[in-house]
Amino acid sequence: MFAKTTDSNELKAICLRTRRQIIEMITAAKSGHPGGSLSAVEILVTLYHSVMRHDPTNPKWPERDRFLLSKGHACPVLYAVMADCGYCPVDQLNTLRQLGSMYQGHPDVRFLPALEASTGSLGEGLSLAIGMALAAKLDGTTTRAYVVLGDGEVQEGQIWEAAMFAGFHKVDNVCCIVDRNKIQLDGFVSDIMDLSPLEDKWRAFNWHVIEVDGHDLAALEAAFAEAEATKGKPTVLIANTIKGKGVSFMENNPKFHGSAPTKEEMEKALAELV
Amino acid sequence: MALHKKFENKLGAATREAFGKALVELGRTNKDVVVCDADLSKSTYTNGFQKEFPERFFQCGIAESNMVAIGGGLAASGKIPFVASFSAFVLNKGFEQLRITAAFPNKNLKVVGTHSGISIGEDGPSQMSIEDISLATSLAGFTVLCPADEVSMMALCKAAAEHVGPVFIRAGRAKAAILYDDKDDFKIGQAMELSSGRDVTLIGTGLMVAECLKAAILLEAEGIAARVLDFHTIKPIDRDAIERAAKETRAIVVAEEHLVDCGLGTRVAQVVAQTAPCAMEFVGIDNRYAESGTPEELLKKYGLVASEIVAEARKAIARKS
Repeated sequence: MFAKTTDSNELKAICLRTRRQIIEMITAAKSGHPGGSLSAVEILVTLYHSVMRHDPTNPKWPERDRFLLSKGHACPVLYAVMADCGYCPVDQLNTLRQLGSMYQGHPDVRFLPALEASTGSLGEGLSLAIGMALAAKLDGTTTRAYVVLGDGEVQEGQIWEAAMFAGFHKVDNVCCIVDRNKIQLDGFVSDIMDLSPLEDKWRAFNWHVIEVDGHDLAALEAAFAEAEATKGKPTVLIANTIKGKGVSFMENNPKFHGSAPTKEEMEKALAELV
Repeated sequence: MALHKKFENKLGAATREAFGKALVELGRTNKDVVVCDADLSKSTYTNGFQKEFPERFFQCGIAESNMVAIGGGLAASGKIPFVASFSAFVLNKGFEQLRITAAFPNKNLKVVGTHSGISIGEDGPSQMSIEDISLATSLAGFTVLCPADEVSMMALCKAAAEHVGPVFIRAGRAKAAILYDDKDDFKIGQAMELSSGRDVTLIGTGLMVAECLKAAILLEAEGIAARVLDFHTIKPIDRDAIERAAKETRAIVVAEEHLVDCGLGTRVAQVVAQTAPCAMEFVGIDNRYAESGTPEELLKKYGLVASEIVAEARKAIARKS
């Protein structure tokens, strides 16, 4: 089993190197989605290092917790965190999006079998996580299924079909995290298709709702503990985040939803990420 | 023409009902078999499984997209999920989920569409599925089955559960003539020959297999010996059976309760073109939607009957090279 840590200095150091890897990978690929990768760094680092029971030396351990990145376009953060844990090689991260790379443009289990699911078409992940959680209940294991959605992704109708199912069937071993970075491809979520009141929507579907600062490691850890302790209801974390977090010129900038930094921008970004 | 066994044209259970029976038997022998339904369990006959194994049955409500993807998640965790609804709904509303959560990652999901074709009758075209063979076969890696009677449906449901990979099973609402007995052996991908003959080959799937047999009997009266093949598996297609039919009979008619533009016939024609080009004709639904009516009235009006197959067979024979 992977050794958990709650040491804040260690976790912060992991977050920092994850951000640097995201910038380097996407720059090398010359395409990709930096903004939504950077906004989810603390969420994934907390899950992989402080919350989930998993074993990089035995990736298919049946009782492991499951992680699904439903917003698959943010896969650079997932690849960087998985590589850092030892699931896959760090020195190949810069092959992102290249022919034959295990680091495909969106998560693809055929190329990286340690992934739990192939994602990329928005709206699928919550249903998949529910299926995995139901299987765990049938098997009598303590497995929990964690799934990260984008806030734009919540516009997909299937999310609400899945939310209705999990609320009604009391699938309390599912934990959903909405990375509320407030920006989608065409602009600000509030201009494209406003979600508010987002917490009320999930509550109305019989979910336990926790609003949390998605960049506060201790707050995230506490929220995941509260989620695990909540029985009879699934839990959603509405994680307030900043798109492009950590790189001044990417923060809250819709341009960096889906475009790669130039070499000069990469140097500028890396100079900030120290 | 020589029938391999006596054809009595005796109606048995609908293939959807046989599917429900097969599920219960599978549930008893394999604890990994689980079932999802979208508020149609009384019509798809998954309710038998639900009654006996309530803990392994998931009622998803009227939300097919979510149901299919939950099935993908169950499959990813080692279960053998059968997700069922009307074919029109599970394929059309769940297509994206079939593509992303089952086909693309090659998951062990079994999808069952009941009420296929136009023989559902009075409910009309919104409930009829005349494009499901096209949709299901377009999913890379999927196996696509369309059994003709209760015996073959029971056997092929079990074969589908044993097969590792995604499968679509097409089932019907109407009672289907019994063609087989317990001694018949069904293998995915292997067509069944129901009669031998060298003048023309009649290829059918689903309800149209019995119509092909009836057509063969009518043709015999004209001195034409028809080979009849049941293509219970549409993908992977039995290339050998098609090539033999093309070479030995030089005329093929394909009959299906589906749009002719994009169904079994087009797949057979592809193999014929690659192996031994010969005269071909097609019986199916021609670029239109059907309407309400009794199953018998609809099948007759839309040309899915033995007399149409006979007429097309004569045309194909006349064009033989």
